[in-house]
Amino acid sequence: MDPIFLKVLIGTTLLASSAAVVGAFSYLKGQSLVGDAIAHALLPGVVLAFLLGDGRNPIFLIVGALISGLIAHYGIGYIQSRTKLKSDTAVSLVLSTFFGFGIMLMSLIQRSGQGQQAGLERYLLGKAAAITMDDVYVFSALAVLLMVGVGLFYKGFQLMTFNEDFAAAIGLPVTFIRFTFTVLTVLAITIGIQTVGVVLMAALLITPSAAARAWTKSLPTMLLLAAVFAASSAITGTYISSAIPKMPTGPWVVLVLAFFGFGSLIFAPEKGWLAKRRRALANQKKTVRENVLKLMYQQEERNGVSVVLSTENMLSIRVMQPEKLRNSLRDLKRRLLVVEHGNGYALTELGRSEGRRVVRLHRLWELYLTERLGMAADHIHPGAETMEHVITPEIEELLVKELGNPELDPHQSPIPYEEA
Amino acid sequence: MEKSIEVHNLTVSYHSKPVLWDVDFSLPTGKIVGIVGPNGSGKTTMLKTIMGLMKPDSGYTEIFGQPLDKVRERVSYVPQRESVDWDFPADVMDVVLMGRYRKNNLFRRISKEDKRIATEALEKVNLLEFAHRQISQLSGGQQQRVFIARSLAQQADIYLMDEPFVGVDAATEDAILQLLREMKNQGKTVIIVHHDLQTANEYFDHIVLLNTRLVAAGPKEEVFTKELLQEAYGGRLTVLSKLGDLISTEEFPLREPEFKENKPEK
Repeated sequence: MDPIFLKVLIGTTLLASSAAVVGAFSYLKGQSLVGDAIAHALLPGVVLAFLLGDGRNPIFLIVGALISGLIAHYGIGYIQSRTKLKSDTAVSLVLSTFFGFGIMLMSLIQRSGQGQQAGLERYLLGKAAAITMDDVYVFSALAVLLMVGVGLFYKGFQLMTFNEDFAAAIGLPVTFIRFTFTVLTVLAITIGIQTVGVVLMAALLITPSAAARAWTKSLPTMLLLAAVFAASSAITGTYISSAIPKMPTGPWVVLVLAFFGFGSLIFAPEKGWLAKRRRALANQKKTVRENVLKLMYQQEERNGVSVVLSTENMLSIRVMQPEKLRNSLRDLKRRLLVVEHGNGYALTELGRSEGRRVVRLHRLWELYLTERLGMAADHIHPGAETMEHVITPEIEELLVKELGNPELDPHQSPIPYEEA
Repeated sequence: MEKSIEVHNLTVSYHSKPVLWDVDFSLPTGKIVGIVGPNGSGKTTMLKTIMGLMKPDSGYTEIFGQPLDKVRERVSYVPQRESVDWDFPADVMDVVLMGRYRKNNLFRRISKEDKRIATEALEKVNLLEFAHRQISQLSGGQQQRVFIARSLAQQADIYLMDEPFVGVDAATEDAILQLLREMKNQGKTVIIVHHDLQTANEYFDHIVLLNTRLVAAGPKEEVFTKELLQEAYGGRLTVLSKLGDLISTEEFPLREPEFKENKPEK
């Protein structure tokens, strides 16, 4: 394998996954923008380090970035505590001031003609191909440091993110934990901006966590998943950029990450867009089914005998879309809730019990609305039309208990219980 | 009787506006104490200052006759339920185990003993079957009980709870109350911030009535009188709130340095 390619691959993978693990806590704390601000704020430190060092020494660079980043971080905190500015204002104030200062320093160097401009510009948009063997060693050491740091401080970071007051109340060294977290964040960003640059860095910190959070509810799993997403993006991005000539690595890494991010928002179980859609659709179908059963049960209730209803009969009693009704009847037949009789349908014993349940819930809820919420009897029907499909057996039990096993609803219709 | 908490001439401000003004009282041990007052009367600030989460402008607080740092392991704190993001990726057990975190085990893994104590705490609040339920999927009352279980897992002698009855259903309210009484019978001290006057008389043995200044503190029979309640809920004192505004907008200090009443060094 091409040694340059291998260097870039190892470098970007390490930094992406370690940045993702550190960024997870910022994401959970709702401070996604702080990472962006610090990334921008590193610029003056990096440029000054570039000036003082010979421009290629990674240690100089890291120290410069660290100092610059820490000043920015505590600057944001100071502004927040001493003024009435909102936190997003404080963050943007620091971000733009530091970034502006950094750009100014950069142009000064360019004008003085030190001949290293190309080297400096890589920090703005990143240039993974410029990674040297020295960089790879430093990145690896830092990535290990970051992982070990998060592992060591796991309890502290977890509690500080979830409930900082409690952490302070039990006497944890919160200032020290916060400082450690800031140093780790700045270090992650420092190695990150070498490949993706200041502007795209926030994506590396936040997107993997946003994607991972959609799939899991456990913090350790989320950290692991974020690292895996970040590493796969780094590998894929590096491959794409090496396969196609003149393609930058950083932007490709970020794009692949975005693909993971949006993909997770769409496909994740429970929280994903598709899952929500599926739930909504299933409940719509359930609503139609239960409405049909209710309708048939009420006809039987009125006539005192079991009835056979055609779809036309049903449509004349209740406004429904004929297509949906037909689909629903097919579904009901498959579930053995109705049977076909000639060109009509009749309830099975199971279907009758279901229909009775829906009618019962409707009437119980109407009674609850008048008795507990003080609503007038002519205002309660629409609410009950919805709630009859929502109420679970557990809530039904509570309702019956609270209303004292009622016999009649507010319209004096009997509340049909299952015969024992 | 030993004092559980001593609050000495305490003045605390928020954004340089006084929220507690020269408050001074002490509390007995082995009682259920209510800190009661209208909205914005400084109840939560009182609790946070005792827990060292806010710095007083003047005065000091002591627990069991000592500064907080000396007795931290004997003190447990239950913040307001709404103060955290319940969407955080954690299950019930994770949160209760946080009650076992200490300065000296921060870098150590959770031990079997910690797990045993957390399980016991969950049992006491009747949530054992929910141990691996996501905290985001709990009802308000269950979330409150998780916080109380975390506090029980601290195995402290004094418990400070911020509005534990807010947003919980009637069944949970009864369960919490019964638990508090059990704790009292074991000699624990429970201090509760509470805003509901209706229930205060029934719940507490001892009451602190607060409205920026101290209105009264003592056994409930002495404090729960019409006159004192009226004083606490009858609005703020005009002079105090005007002075407070002035101090805040004109950048006056609340105390000149030589008059800060810190605890005298021994």
